[in-house]
Amino acid sequence: MQNSLRQGKLRLQKWYTATAERDKKKMVRELMQIVLARKPKMCSFLEWRDLKIVYKRYASLYFCCAIEEQDNELITLEVIHRFVELLDKYFGSVCELDIIFNFEKAYFILDEFLMGGEIQDTSKKSVLKAIEQADLLQEEDESPRSVLEEMGLA
Amino acid sequence: MPAVSKGDGMRGLAVFISDIRNCKSKEAEVKRINKELANIRSKFKGDKALDGYSKKKYVCKLLFIFLLGHDIDFGHMEAVNLLSSNKYTEKQIGYLFISVLVNSNSDLIRLINNGIKNDLASRNPTFMNLALHCIAFASEIPRILVAGDTMDSVKQSAALCLLRLNRTSPDLVPMGEWTARVVHLLNDQHLGVVTAATSLITTLAQKSPDDFKTSISLAVARLSRIVTSASIDLQDYTYYFVAAPWLSVKLLRLLQCYPPPEDAALRSRLTECLETILNKAQEPPKSKKVQHSNAKNAVLFEAISLIIHHDSEPTLLVRACNQLGQFLQHRETNLRYLALESMCTLASSEFSHEAVKTHIETVINALKTERDVSVRQRAVDLLYAMCDRSNAKQIVAEMLSYLETADYSIREEIVLKVAILAEKYAVDYTWYVDTILNLIRIAGDYVSEEVWYRVIQIVINRDDVQGYAAKTVFEALQAPACHENLVKVGGYILGEFGNLIAGDSRSSPLVQFNLLHSKFHLCSVPTRALLLSAYIKFINLFPEVKATIQEVLRSDSQLRNADVELQQRAVEYLRLSCIASTDILATVLEEMPPFPERESSILAKLKRKKGPGNLPDIDDARRNVNGNTEHSEKTETTNKVTLVRTASAYLLNLNSTPTAGASLLVDVFSDSSTLASVEVSDENFPRFVCKNNGVIFENQLLQIGLKSEYRQNLGRMYVFYGNKTSTQFLSFSSSVTCNDTLKNHILSTSSVDPIIEGGAQVQQILNIECVSDFTDAPVLNVQFRYGGTLQNIAVKLPVMLNKFFQPTEMTSQDFFQRWKQLGAPQQEVQKIFKAKHPMDTEVTKAKILGFGVALLDRVDPNPENFVGAGVIHSKNTQVGCLLRLEPNTQAQMYRLTLRTSRDSVSQRLCDLLSEQF
Repeated sequence: MQNSLRQGKLRLQKWYTATAERDKKKMVRELMQIVLARKPKMCSFLEWRDLKIVYKRYASLYFCCAIEEQDNELITLEVIHRFVELLDKYFGSVCELDIIFNFEKAYFILDEFLMGGEIQDTSKKSVLKAIEQADLLQEEDESPRSVLEEMGLA
Repeated sequence: MPAVSKGDGMRGLAVFISDIRNCKSKEAEVKRINKELANIRSKFKGDKALDGYSKKKYVCKLLFIFLLGHDIDFGHMEAVNLLSSNKYTEKQIGYLFISVLVNSNSDLIRLINNGIKNDLASRNPTFMNLALHCIAFASEIPRILVAGDTMDSVKQSAALCLLRLNRTSPDLVPMGEWTARVVHLLNDQHLGVVTAATSLITTLAQKSPDDFKTSISLAVARLSRIVTSASIDLQDYTYYFVAAPWLSVKLLRLLQCYPPPEDAALRSRLTECLETILNKAQEPPKSKKVQHSNAKNAVLFEAISLIIHHDSEPTLLVRACNQLGQFLQHRETNLRYLALESMCTLASSEFSHEAVKTHIETVINALKTERDVSVRQRAVDLLYAMCDRSNAKQIVAEMLSYLETADYSIREEIVLKVAILAEKYAVDYTWYVDTILNLIRIAGDYVSEEVWYRVIQIVINRDDVQGYAAKTVFEALQAPACHENLVKVGGYILGEFGNLIAGDSRSSPLVQFNLLHSKFHLCSVPTRALLLSAYIKFINLFPEVKATIQEVLRSDSQLRNADVELQQRAVEYLRLSCIASTDILATVLEEMPPFPERESSILAKLKRKKGPGNLPDIDDARRNVNGNTEHSEKTETTNKVTLVRTASAYLLNLNSTPTAGASLLVDVFSDSSTLASVEVSDENFPRFVCKNNGVIFENQLLQIGLKSEYRQNLGRMYVFYGNKTSTQFLSFSSSVTCNDTLKNHILSTSSVDPIIEGGAQVQQILNIECVSDFTDAPVLNVQFRYGGTLQNIAVKLPVMLNKFFQPTEMTSQDFFQRWKQLGAPQQEVQKIFKAKHPMDTEVTKAKILGFGVALLDRVDPNPENFVGAGVIHSKNTQVGCLLRLEPNTQAQMYRLTLRTSRDSVSQRLCDLLSEQF
């Protein structure tokens, strides 16, 4: 499970274990409360239910992962950082708005990087190459459309 | 790099998002969303067939609305349609929607599966990847994974996809034939593939370690290449000057699935790796960036985990401990937190316990100065773990002083920990009494019943501390405001032992009574009831205050008290004091008999607190057979009503030995015959002969897991009840039945919450004592309501004689000497049987060790044979036991011989063990 959120608004969430919708909402709410209440110098790990929470703040965004008991906290922190780097490289100094307007892209990047909750590739180049290729495919099959058509008037 | 605007083209979506962001209020936002939902709905329903592009756009909008926290109940069909589109972006959005929004129970799954199948079959690698991402179809994947012509990125996805499948439904993809080739992915040239494959192999190895044993040497070799060769260029896999940190962590993690390698060369190569990692921690950082140190330390911590897991190299353990000691003072909060956490596990290793203890001052300092409560919590845990007789006083004192300022959320846990340490390491029980009274003074509200019951039990059982206890509580009660728990302890102890300090005029009987009575009116009903019992005991101890106390009992506020319990006590005690002769009084109100020595119930409570279960409610505890709670409650009850009404019953209780109490429990068990009709499940029972943990029972609703630990003649079993459904289980209850001949007593069972939430797990603890040797096993009966119907389940609990083994190492000479001593025909039991499983030496060794005996190397002249020795501990006796297992690989047969001093033990052990091979 990985979420990023900001002052109480969820921007992106991905669950790697099957969870009921109702529980998801409850967990997200609970986590936001806990994480947002923490002060800057505090440590980035905390125990929550039977999981460990690893979180990090980048400007107005909190990135937050829930990992299992035996997982490595520090490397998870760097998973977050690598994801941020990828976003940054792709969008060119990423900001919250990029993630809001291009949430599907952010998802694609996350999916290229993590799969089923495990790291797929740690190389920045490989991940970005995969996404670039996807973008190329996209351009090929996207024929330009007029604004009118876009708005459903044509 | 691609700019944001590139190729997007979904302006409608962007406009919609802007609209939402421009909404001034929540209401406006909801209104805008509803409008959009209506629009999309009409588009989807409309007569005009939508083109792929519009579908994609609308599905995207739905996704965005979902992210805002609204429920989406349509559009799934359109998303599935997108899957079969030929355009990449449309397919991609379709997959995204499905992976975010579709639950596994949806009936759309079949349609989705179809789409995925098509994509998997296609020759287009991108489509294949997309499909793998969405995760489903099975038997094809291992082929894709190991096929020579598969692109690296597809291999990576396939590995992780397989992992995912294996976690959800392990039977779906039999790995059998692929195993060797999957393991060889560790040698792949592409580090991304290795990383993904390592995750897969780790998961598979956790499930079936034997099949993936070959991965050990490959993992060590790979790790060694990454860690020790300085010049290697890993290009993009070097992360802030750290070579492949993710892969290193994963490899170290994989190695934690196994014991230290047996092959000496491999072992020394691994040790070299670990040493190098430890050395690198001392080198100056190559970058000031936090990412550099995080990645480096992530590898270091994982290496330390492996060292702790192996627990075999004293030098490495001590080095790890020193390294963590440095981190304890690091300026990074994260590192301090992790160091405290890892040290906790190091403290329990015999090699490093002493080394951990040297850091006590630093840890205490952390407790005092850390600003983050989660770090302080870790420090408390570590102090608890490193405590032993030598430093108990210091640690308990520090915890007590921390308690005064501790966060409310962790106070109760600290109270329990202090109480346990104080009892466990008390050399002198005056210190113990002082500590507990201090606990009550500082954090009375957090002192649970178990804690103050326990102090009373100990004072009653140890006559050397009774006078001191009476004096101390008397002094403590002088404080103008004291906690009600102190009044309870004070009332009880003075009622029993007030006479020991009555000689001093400053604590004469009347002074004691007045002191107690001054607290009376401020107390709750249960405490007042306890005080009334103390008063009647005073009448017996000190005839000179009889009149004063009778006066108090006679007052309207007692005799006509609105509370029935109080009123009854007042009336009965008053009457008793009037009519009974001094002799009868002295008999009825005699000092409480010692409590049977049992393990602390506080410890059980602490463990329960750590688990997901809730606090026990009193009713449950009463119904349960928890020896301590019941006994302490009984003391209260007996010295209130029972003894007055039926003094003879009390006398009987006085004469009865503690074991009589236990057999009473057995009787209570056998009464619950209503459950007899349920068939007892024992299919998993044999699997627990050589191991202590695992799943003992599982059906569609419930999973019962066990974790047990045994020491000498005592055992503790943690039973985990997992609700597999999404609905609550109601009126959940469980009990243990033993048949009459079973002398193996279940000492206590902890209470379980009557409600188990859907998907939740609760834990129950059984304390077990082996009284003498036995054959039968207790049965666990579980009852609960699920969807209106009552479910009854009975499971045979794997409590077997061999669990109480302590391994014994001995030389060849000793062994044969004893073997000869046990030469009488009835002492030996032998069985020859056919092998049911492949005859693997390592597996056999593991099984014999798991059985509980020590495996004696080079004792038998024939190296093929296995020889073991151990002692069975029961409360009454110890039975030495020697065993010998002779495999005959040609005939696929075994001969098992057991010699013990008791024929019944030999027979039972032979029966148990012979079923395992």
